[in-house]
Amino acid sequence: MTPVPHTIKKIIRETHDTFTLDLTPKDGSEPISFLPGQFNMLYAFGVGEIPISISGPAPGTRGMLHTIREVGTVTQALHKLKKGATVGLRGPFGSSWPIETSKGSDIVILAGGIGLAPLRPAIYNLLEQRDQFGNIALLYGTREPKDLLFTKEFEKWRGKLGVQTKITVDKAGSDWRGNVGVVTTSIPRVSFDPPHTIVMICGPEIMMRYSVIEMKRLGVSEDRIYITMERNMKCAVGFCGHCQFGPSFICKDGPVFRYDRIKHFFGIREI
Amino acid sequence: MKSLESILAAHPFFENLDPQYMALMTGCASNVRFEAGQFIHRQGEEANSFYIIRQGKVALEVCPPEKEPITVQTVSDGEILGWAWMVPPYHWQFDAQAIELTRAIVLDGRCLRTKCSEDHALGYELLSRLLPIIGQGMEATRMQLLDLYGTRG
Ligand SMILES: Cc1cc2nc3c(=O)[nH]c(=O)nc-3n(C[C@H](O)[C@H](O)[C@H](O)COP(=O)(O)OP(=O)(O)OC[C@H]3O[C@@H](n4cnc5c(N)ncnc54)[C@H](O)[C@@H]3O)c2cc1C
Repeated sequence: MTPVPHTIKKIIRETHDTFTLDLTPKDGSEPISFLPGQFNMLYAFGVGEIPISISGPAPGTRGMLHTIREVGTVTQALHKLKKGATVGLRGPFGSSWPIETSKGSDIVILAGGIGLAPLRPAIYNLLEQRDQFGNIALLYGTREPKDLLFTKEFEKWRGKLGVQTKITVDKAGSDWRGNVGVVTTSIPRVSFDPPHTIVMICGPEIMMRYSVIEMKRLGVSEDRIYITMERNMKCAVGFCGHCQFGPSFICKDGPVFRYDRIKHFFGIREI
Repeated sequence: MKSLESILAAHPFFENLDPQYMALMTGCASNVRFEAGQFIHRQGEEANSFYIIRQGKVALEVCPPEKEPITVQTVSDGEILGWAWMVPPYHWQFDAQAIELTRAIVLDGRCLRTKCSEDHALGYELLSRLLPIIGQGMEATRMQLLDLYGTRG
């Protein structure tokens, strides 16, 4: 599969180190359709190709959004591109968040840092069909207030349609009026019925590990918890073995996994 | 309006507490209210009380020398503020500042301390309820040190 040239329609600066690229096919065709949780391989020409989750479209918009945190060579190269520039795109790839099968359940979404981006399409999707779900809680944590993504949208989600939202940061100055503490401390502050709850978690592995422990302690069974796994990947179609995780390939069996299916490999040092 | 006793009895901290002890707790309790911006206690002061937050939010702050204060934890509705009243040398470790209008029930820690030294069964009851709170605080601090959000993969 060769990368399809896409034009950067818009660049949104989200935080000091994170930006969103809105991409449309260069040939004017419709943007590809995708499921919440899937990712694309974005190619910065001459530099390299990396997996980036799809973070939208927002309802009512057309383009395909990718929210990217600058960490190294390729993400920096993408950041330097200007509006109108071309990037290569292959995708969408991978598994998706279990929206259809969650109907009738309470939903708890836990996001850490940039982990909110791959969850945003799932949030849009849940809100579009709000009456199909019980309680919905969105719990989001970052290191400091300056790292918080999509804060304006959070305001809209808060309280709307009975969605419980909690934002918490690890530490803050005295001008911060919100919660301080790690994201797991927000869990007891929202209401949901553990045996009838689906949990979707995306963030650094260590944050997901503690979130799973807390959810299990409250009585959510392992087959109702979904997490995402990230490993370096190359081909994105289950060939090259770069992203092998136990018996699974993250690119094709993941990135979204049901916890009980990967728990034996999750948190093991060598994997 | 609910009585202090019924509010305390409904709080998980006092779940299944012997009625005789429950009456003693109520005797040591009273309602308090803090305006946004008001300090509840300051680091280093003697710790002689603890609070059950009914509504509002309190920031626990540390103040590094010559630097702006840093909030390390917030405590809100239904949560317990303060355990230093039970652990020598009975001094607060942090500044506690209400960041919203906060209503709470305050319990007289000095009075309870005396009662606990006279009645070790009561002391054991209270300590075994406080220890999980201290433990959770420690766990949360460890997680903050681990920097949960530092990298994604
Ligand atoms: C399925 C999947 C979906 C992803 N979705 C997103 C997304 O939506 N948004 C996003 O920003 N990123 C996402 N990532 C991570 C992204 O692919 C990496 O950040 C990117 O590959 C780093 O490439 P680089 O060339 O910029 O950094 P490199 O030059 O490869 O690395 C530079 C430095 O950054 C560190 N680094 C590498 N990867 C990460 C990482 N994942 N997190 C933190 N530090 C890292 C390296 O250890 C190194 O120190 C996703 C990854 C996967 C597997």
